[in-house]
Amino acid sequence: MERYFLIASTFCFLAAVVHTVIEFRTKVFRSMRFNFFAIGLGFIFQTAFLWIRGQELGRCPITNLFEVFVFLAWSVALVYMLVGPAYRLSLMGAFTAPLVLLLQGFALILPIDTRRSVTVPANSWLEFHASMSLVAYGAFALACIAGVMYLLQERQLKTHQLHSIFHHLPPLTNLFAAITRLLWWGFALYTVGIVSGFFTGHPLPRIQVVAAIALWVLYAAILQARHLMWLAPKRVAALCIVGFSAALALLWGITFTAELHHLP
Amino acid sequence: MNLFCIGLSHHTANVATREQFAGNATAESLARAAGCAEALLLTTCNRVEVYAVADKRISTDEIARCLMVETSRDQDSSAPPFYRYEDNKCVQHLFRVASGLDSMVVGESEILGQAKKAYESARTSGAVGPYLHRLFQRAFRVAKQVRTHTDIARGAVSVGSVAVELAQRIFGKLSECKVLVLGAGETSERTTRALVSRGVTDLRVSNRSMDRARELARTVGGYAVPFDDWAAQCREIDILLTSTASETTLLTSEILAPMLRERLDRPLFIIDIAVPRDVDPGVNELEGVYLYDIDSIRSVAEQSLALRRQQVAAAEGIIAGHVTEFFDSISRGLNRLSRAADHTSLGENPLRASEL
Repeated sequence: MERYFLIASTFCFLAAVVHTVIEFRTKVFRSMRFNFFAIGLGFIFQTAFLWIRGQELGRCPITNLFEVFVFLAWSVALVYMLVGPAYRLSLMGAFTAPLVLLLQGFALILPIDTRRSVTVPANSWLEFHASMSLVAYGAFALACIAGVMYLLQERQLKTHQLHSIFHHLPPLTNLFAAITRLLWWGFALYTVGIVSGFFTGHPLPRIQVVAAIALWVLYAAILQARHLMWLAPKRVAALCIVGFSAALALLWGITFTAELHHLP
Repeated sequence: MNLFCIGLSHHTANVATREQFAGNATAESLARAAGCAEALLLTTCNRVEVYAVADKRISTDEIARCLMVETSRDQDSSAPPFYRYEDNKCVQHLFRVASGLDSMVVGESEILGQAKKAYESARTSGAVGPYLHRLFQRAFRVAKQVRTHTDIARGAVSVGSVAVELAQRIFGKLSECKVLVLGAGETSERTTRALVSRGVTDLRVSNRSMDRARELARTVGGYAVPFDDWAAQCREIDILLTSTASETTLLTSEILAPMLRERLDRPLFIIDIAVPRDVDPGVNELEGVYLYDIDSIRSVAEQSLALRRQQVAAAEGIIAGHVTEFFDSISRGLNRLSRAADHTSLGENPLRASEL
């Protein structure tokens, strides 16, 4: 039953992507409002899915890779709903929808929704640690999207080749301000997530801990370099993409090792 | 009843021909002289057009005769290249004109203001009746819709507007930008004014002649900076507009690079409209520097025009829908007016304008 909500949600994101593609083809971008509502509706369906699944499991629904992907897609949509319109970043929805669609598409297509009986009782610290980290990943994902938009706009300005999308992308300084705020939000949430991980009472695999701390160090280094002006905005934008790619790889690894160790 | 448009434009006649027909008549005098029920005269630097409604066909020559400036009556005996559009073609033409599709610079918005002025002038003089009123009101609505739903008016096409648009795509709001104007020529003054019109308040002007720098600074609301100190300003400013008559390059990567280290998180936008160029092209390779010389500005303007031309088909689609709908409704009104005119001749009351 809850899967239907997820499928409905995926169709909402697909509608936003199709709408964006049509606008790219006609070179007329009026997607902000449509994409915002499509993503908003998709978010409501995602929430319904996660709520029903959570009720079924009696815990936060992040017990397998399928649920982790959906929870991550939900976090990305959540951060977009909070950040996109607030920072007046036009076209952010056009870039967010494909990422969410990809995450949910993988979750639905790949045979990763393996229901296994979780023997370990629900642990509020562990759930808080995992959910907080995933919401932080949502902020990192949005920083990555803003980074892509920054690089796209920067490239056009540098090469003097201005395409139709140039007139609709936000100004460079606004994008960089958004990247910085998203990095700070993501970093703060991720720090809370990591610290709470030490209170779970479960011995976590060392490789997981080391990789999570390495990711934390990477984002701390990006923020420090940005703060001390060691890096130009373009490099910070590029590092946001590297950072999120590393975060995704780490997420995959954590879920994989968690399943090996039968952790919830 | 006959709805028609007769005119000359930059497509069909050169300026010498157009000026023979511009400025002589008013809509009211034209309506009276040519026997039109309603008339509106649209005169701009690129076109002279008459939109009229008449209960009989009025020849193009008759309209041309009314438009012709007295002094040019004996100058040219050849037939002027007037075009004529009737009924739905006339409606379509006006919608295209108001939307900027028929303009020299496709998508420009000045024509809409000029059409509104012409309408107001003809309405005040009583030359516009219910048909032209509806036609022009619809034209204004169509023009607005075309601009909102297509990118026909997007992109800048002059040096000043390109500079402003690029600055806005880099910095967003320009009110917090610091601008240095190097060289006090006419083009830089125009470009500076364009930047000021978008909110720039911190303006510094530097020129070899300090008097000229002070003069321009006073005109645009900035302050003068000694020419020897201009390079040091690059630590603080966001936009450098340069247009000196210098024979040698004034700004190179070697001069700029050390200053950029102190302002790595802020972009620097350089507009070099000098010929020969004041800024070495290699400066564009520096991180966070966006250098545009006069050729790249022209190239951006051409890209904008190309983008606008790509939007013409979408705009034509919007117009076509309105033309069909509008002409159907107005032709019903025209027929009713014809019938009412017949009845009037038999002593009955004329159809009230409000019924149309």
